[in-house]
Amino acid sequence: MAEKPKVAFYWCASCGGCEEAVVDLAEAILDVIAAVEIVFWPVAMDFKRKDLEAMPDGSISATFLNGAIRTTEQAEMAHLLRGKSKLLVALGSCSHLGGIPGLANLFDRESLFKAVYLESPSTVNFEATLPTARHKDDGHEVELPGFYNTVRPLDQVVDVDYYIPGCPPTPRIFRTALQTLLGGELPPKGSVLAPDRALCDECPRRDTKPEHLSITEFKRPQQVLIDEEKCLLAQGLLCMGPATRGGCEALCINGNMPCTGCCGPTSRVRDQGGKILSSLASLVDSKEDAEIDRILATIPDPVGSFYRYSLPGSLLRRKKLDGASVQAPTPT
Amino acid sequence: MPEAKPNSSGAAASATEAPRFEPRIIAFFCNWCTYLAADLAGTSRMKYAPNVRVIRIMCSGRVDPQFVLDAFAQGADGVLIGGCHPGDCHYQEGNYKTLRRYLLLKRLLQQMGIEEERLRLEWISASEADRLRNAMNDMVEKVRALGPLHLRSAEEEVFAEEVVV
Repeated sequence: MAEKPKVAFYWCASCGGCEEAVVDLAEAILDVIAAVEIVFWPVAMDFKRKDLEAMPDGSISATFLNGAIRTTEQAEMAHLLRGKSKLLVALGSCSHLGGIPGLANLFDRESLFKAVYLESPSTVNFEATLPTARHKDDGHEVELPGFYNTVRPLDQVVDVDYYIPGCPPTPRIFRTALQTLLGGELPPKGSVLAPDRALCDECPRRDTKPEHLSITEFKRPQQVLIDEEKCLLAQGLLCMGPATRGGCEALCINGNMPCTGCCGPTSRVRDQGGKILSSLASLVDSKEDAEIDRILATIPDPVGSFYRYSLPGSLLRRKKLDGASVQAPTPT
Repeated sequence: MPEAKPNSSGAAASATEAPRFEPRIIAFFCNWCTYLAADLAGTSRMKYAPNVRVIRIMCSGRVDPQFVLDAFAQGADGVLIGGCHPGDCHYQEGNYKTLRRYLLLKRLLQQMGIEEERLRLEWISASEADRLRNAMNDMVEKVRALGPLHLRSAEEEVFAEEVVV
């Protein structure tokens, strides 16, 4: 019998939902285990970094890495796994475009540390200890991973072969992507392994979307009783469907909630937020500056709404740092 | 995008002055109004700041917000959009769409820490060459006062430093 392809899983800055998505394959995971040999999966089995280091370069057929890159350790592991793997696959929104942790790019490290370790109401930190790369205690020195100012998707750190989108990828997207990779013919490098069309195309409420949409107020889900049949945009809800890749079986729409954009843009769009901005703004029902502004003000957080999962992978990548916060930290 | 050459082409800059910051401004002008105004400025031999790179498009409504974001990402210090006056759009509604996108883009750029003077929308008809000149000169001076945007380079330098911990 031919040797089974070797597969690795790893996580960086993520919540663990993508690992859960692998387990969510349910009984289909048995087919996966029959088809591949898992050589590295620290979340589920006891593997250490030295086991990985001992493997020859290029010996892993495919590594599925979820999570964004935010610490020096994550960057090191990404480089290490890249070297050991023939294919490196970014799994899930964080690895693909930066994901929810990527919204930290609206801040810098110092203000994040301050908010989390000093000012958070649930934090008790009398000595005002902040994370540092090196820490001395009682004559001993320990080294911790460094924390970057900027959250990055995987492809801003190492070369990436494929992307599997979603927060987390649905079992169907993940299963189909696996079958594609295990099948003989590989798609072009850089492909996102999911259907390449907008969510609106496969939306169950598609027929209720009026030909001419016009919006006089953007509403938030908690402010209205949402009609379960009607197009969410037509109800004034901010739905990312027009600018988001489908393939998710419209799970959120079926749960009567607007799309928040986790699958990223289609291949024709470079910047998901720019595209939804274009689409939504053109629906605003006014020609007067003041009235347009009033309607737009009903979107309280444009960046957080339009780039919820894609800020680090967007054209601007992060909030512009002012001179003071650009300085790299002095080693302590 | 070509590099701006400080003092190489400016009409006012003399050789004795210290090199001053020359902003790079990308301008999207609609084919029917603002681009014709730029044409008129040229044939009328008007002088204006040479910092603006003009890109002709059929309608200001064709300016995808991605164009603006990409211009900033690739090193532009400012972006100027020029279209027909409200009510005058060759395609009837294009400039209204531009206005709405512009107002939303402004809010987004503000959240991203990009100063509001770096994005500007002007309605300039085919006969308003002087208005075009004044808008360009004024924008160049305002962006010059802000200094370079340095969006990507600063961030990448920091990453390079951070990696060798």
